[in-house]
Amino acid sequence: MSAEHSDSVPPDILRLEKITKAFHIKPVFGPAKTVEALRNVNLSLRPGKALALVGESGSGKSTVGRMIVQHYKATSGRILFEGSDIANMADRASQMTYRQAVQMVFQDPFSSLNPAHTIRHHLQRALRLHQPDHSSDADVCRILDEVELDSGSTPDKYPHELSGGQRQRVNFARALAVNARLIVADEPTSMLDVSIRKSVLALMQRLKAERGLSILYITHDIATAEYLAEDTAVMFRGQVVEQGPTGEVVGAPKHSYTQLLRAAVPDPRQRLRAHDAGFAGRAKEVRAASAHLVTGMVEHSPGHFIAQH
Amino acid sequence: MNESNTPLLQVKDLRIEYLTAGAPFAAVRDVSFDIHRNEVLGLAGESGCGKSTIAYALMRLHKPPALIRSGDIRFEGRDVLAFDKEVLRAWRWSDVSMVFQSAMNSLNPVMSILGQFSDMLKAHGKISREDIIARTAEMLEMVGIAADRMQAYPHQLSGGMRQRVALALALTLRPKLIIMDEPTTALDVVVQREILQEVLRLRDELGFSVLFITHDLALMAQISDRIGIMKEGEIVEIGPTEQVVTNPQHDYTRALWSAMPVLKQIEEAEIYVS
Repeated sequence: MSAEHSDSVPPDILRLEKITKAFHIKPVFGPAKTVEALRNVNLSLRPGKALALVGESGSGKSTVGRMIVQHYKATSGRILFEGSDIANMADRASQMTYRQAVQMVFQDPFSSLNPAHTIRHHLQRALRLHQPDHSSDADVCRILDEVELDSGSTPDKYPHELSGGQRQRVNFARALAVNARLIVADEPTSMLDVSIRKSVLALMQRLKAERGLSILYITHDIATAEYLAEDTAVMFRGQVVEQGPTGEVVGAPKHSYTQLLRAAVPDPRQRLRAHDAGFAGRAKEVRAASAHLVTGMVEHSPGHFIAQH
Repeated sequence: MNESNTPLLQVKDLRIEYLTAGAPFAAVRDVSFDIHRNEVLGLAGESGCGKSTIAYALMRLHKPPALIRSGDIRFEGRDVLAFDKEVLRAWRWSDVSMVFQSAMNSLNPVMSILGQFSDMLKAHGKISREDIIARTAEMLEMVGIAADRMQAYPHQLSGGMRQRVALALALTLRPKLIIMDEPTTALDVVVQREILQEVLRLRDELGFSVLFITHDLALMAQISDRIGIMKEGEIVEIGPTEQVVTNPQHDYTRALWSAMPVLKQIEEAEIYVS
């Protein structure tokens, strides 16, 4: 791994190489079928940076996240964490190291905390497992401070006493408690209220800048991707159709699907009329064209790749 | 009645309280607004501000512990709060219908699409099976779903299609007002745009008013004729979309605008007061 990088460019913290994932579905009624959730996905995450994974529901972006945290195994392809294949981490010690380094924050802050336990329990449990020397109340308070929660009153509260935004902060605190270096955040703000969404994004931004956390930010909202992420990859039907620096991918999209996505972002200046100027027709065409197998990626400018179908 | 001048719906000093163990909690505090014919009125605000409570109360779908304490709801001049059970039942859906929050999941999972249309049509008058099928086919085609999918069950349709079915169900009896409570939150932007475009097209074609409830201000600005901003059970600002977008009067409206990340290219046009 180190051989292919010069000293100035730090190696990627995580790389997905030619990842394919097929789900075999055997319903109680009807024939069994195979769903190709991911097709030949290549992604890389830089240390201390955020990669936004953007796409519609069902495009496979959450599957990528769940494969990274080992909820699913890849059908083919490799996931390299700091150069070593995570499929080869057979022994408990290396598994533990990986799980400590890579943590996930889920979309639904209302179901991702145990309702029967206090916030102190949630954080202390993570601390005891991964940092037994630093599991005192003071450490819990330190972590709560870091995610901007009141360290005086929060530890004794139960999840139902917190708002969605506060709960999401607890989830980030839990990831920090184990000293995670990569956080897979699957739509962490989509269930939060608009009025606090930006503050949770700002927290992620700060964790990234101050703690050097890498973030895989899974979202369908490209405005938030632009706010947080240095790099953006756009997925459609299990394939990456465009990837590169966020400024270019979101600011000047080249792939027709990214352009469609960009055009559909609500713009308060533009009133919708009964006549859609061919939007629905274009959406249909672009979807059909983008679903074809990607035959290759063309580098439009340094680091900015566009899929060819 | 004068068709053109009186508002379709008039809400005056509506106060809704939730009974709690302690003092009753006023979720909606003396709210007044009108919805005119063929108008899209947007209602925005953070969660818990009472916007869904209003939506349910307008159709008198609110359930205890929610209680309408005072106020007046008039639909075409008729006092909605005075309706008895039978009148209410006939009025709901044929005059006012609703697309529920997470409409994707508001369909009955063990009934085919046709079954759900059939239930609704039978509840509002005698109708033959042939007519039910013809009507269902017509409505599905209208929202862009092939008529032969009427035998499908909700789980066999995508989220966007289910949303379209919910919209078709709400439109079937040609209501004068459709309440849409966060109708597209669970959908991605492309599908969301397609569906809203569909709503506007149908409004031109059929003529109905919409009460559009969402927390996405940008989206609301795109579709509404007027916008009301709610905070803690009160409407703090209501006015033409143009004004609420370009020249918000209330601090809270400005705070809402600045709380959401906006694409740089849109932001650079400097339409908001930041």
